[in-house]
Amino acid sequence: MTAISPRPAPGPAADRPAGPGPRSGDAGGGRAPRSRRPLLLVPTVLLVLAGFVYPVGTIVVRSVTQPEFGPQNFSWLLHDATSLQVLGRTLVVAALATLITLVLGYPYAYLMTVSGPALRGLLMLAVLMPFWTSLMVRVFAWVIILQDHGVLNTVLGALGLGETHLLGTTTGVLIGICQLLMPFMVLPLFNAMRSIDRRVVQAGMICGAPPWKAFWRVFVPLSLPGVFAGSLMVFILSLGFYVTPAVLGSPRQELLPNALYTQISELLNWGRGGALAVALLLTAGVLLAVTTWVSKRVTGKAAGVTGGLEL
Amino acid sequence: MSRRIPLKIFGALVALWLVAPTLVVIPLSFTGQRSLAFPPERWSLRWYEAFFDDRRWVADLLNSLQIAALVGVLATVAGTAASYALTRGRFRGRGVAGALLIAPMLVPTVVFGVGVYALFLELRLVGTFTGFLVAHTVLALPFVIIPVSSVLSRFDTTLERAAAICGASRARAFFRVTLPVIAPGLLSGFMFAFVTSFDEVVVSLFISSPYLETLPVRMYSSIQRDVDPTIAAAATLIICFTSALIAVALLAQSRRRRVS
Repeated sequence: MTAISPRPAPGPAADRPAGPGPRSGDAGGGRAPRSRRPLLLVPTVLLVLAGFVYPVGTIVVRSVTQPEFGPQNFSWLLHDATSLQVLGRTLVVAALATLITLVLGYPYAYLMTVSGPALRGLLMLAVLMPFWTSLMVRVFAWVIILQDHGVLNTVLGALGLGETHLLGTTTGVLIGICQLLMPFMVLPLFNAMRSIDRRVVQAGMICGAPPWKAFWRVFVPLSLPGVFAGSLMVFILSLGFYVTPAVLGSPRQELLPNALYTQISELLNWGRGGALAVALLLTAGVLLAVTTWVSKRVTGKAAGVTGGLEL
Repeated sequence: MSRRIPLKIFGALVALWLVAPTLVVIPLSFTGQRSLAFPPERWSLRWYEAFFDDRRWVADLLNSLQIAALVGVLATVAGTAASYALTRGRFRGRGVAGALLIAPMLVPTVVFGVGVYALFLELRLVGTFTGFLVAHTVLALPFVIIPVSSVLSRFDTTLERAAAICGASRARAFFRVTLPVIAPGLLSGFMFAFVTSFDEVVVSLFISSPYLETLPVRMYSSIQRDVDPTIAAAATLIICFTSALIAVALLAQSRRRRVS
């Protein structure tokens, strides 16, 4: 950390300029200590620029320069039946994952807000568990459960419900992805619901609404910021799953990240891989922009992308 | 209250779905059989012996621990400096810088993985310790910046000004006044950075080589090839280890809440 050179006596008082903007004298150095603070950012920003922005940028550039300059990789992406199928399947899986986690997560988060501290603690622990158990461990656990002679079929057999075949199917992939993404749905929902004043719902009932209507017309709209934040996070994250589909799914039903891996690691086709990467980035980016805009219109607040991540 | 019973049953089922799958791994690691059949018919410790007798499993475990520890330190130092600038500074581009530093968490890791692979091929960093450190630190930064920024923004800056009035330099005020108060936030940031690196698979798959790989990479290739219960022993060790770490991080956070 840089030491600050001797300051004039009113230094500490000058610490808080009235306006938010930098002072005009900043460039002169020395006078306004605040101007020095961005220095602390420099190493970290440089690291992220060199270690993150540059590599991701390289891939984007290669999508239009490999093997030669031009849009050939994108016309492949948009005309090739297989790659279009991969794109469609990825979006469907992401949408289903969002829907499933929302349907399961909403009542779960609601239960967390209405239950006592002990039960709430247990429910919170359960939801955070997938958060901190290693991805590889979880994927491996799902292999044990979903395999043909696995736990699920043993249980189903004992109950006399017949057998299923889930390992190597998109359903199997969805089960794994949803378990992993539940915290990203439940935490923002829980945060949004916790801040709702229950007396507003009671007021609705006093005004003559039956409980379900008071819930639907008063409580649900107030919880929408959580719904937006959670759905956004789950959808974006579920676009990028590589390991789960690679292990639980089948190569014939590839998702976009797996197709990307194959193009680059096995076929060494940087151009087509780059085009797939751009498709993935664009989908996530457009979605982020649209959801932020919609949630601003609906709730007056931007859906925090990091909503709920501050444990 | 009784009307909530269906809701509670639903909650219990969802909680079971969230927790049970992971716990299946633990009994399986004590199986006496060669297969992954569950529940095991005989019990033994042979797969733990197999794990610790196999030099490659142990080497990869040690690689993972070393990389994760260093990444934890690097990400905590870089992340804390950045958070300090982001929460206290009033300068142009603060929002952009903040978004930039959080971006590695949002961009799909496969995209980052192929990008880093391209860069590291050029720089001959594939399969090197340095390569792992750089890639993992970038990925871990958001997990430090989010908790540290949140403690810093709640920190009462009058304490720092009081220290300055008493004659402390800015650096001295930071290390003697601010740091002790935000230390629990730093600790949880370190833990999350450690775990991010320790668990990372996708980017690691790209940048590893037969000479240097990490434990998750080995687990991945082991699942793809010969599935024997050694991997269950490895998984159980990981569960115990990360649970202990996270418990420490959460304890630190609850202490922080009491302080503030």
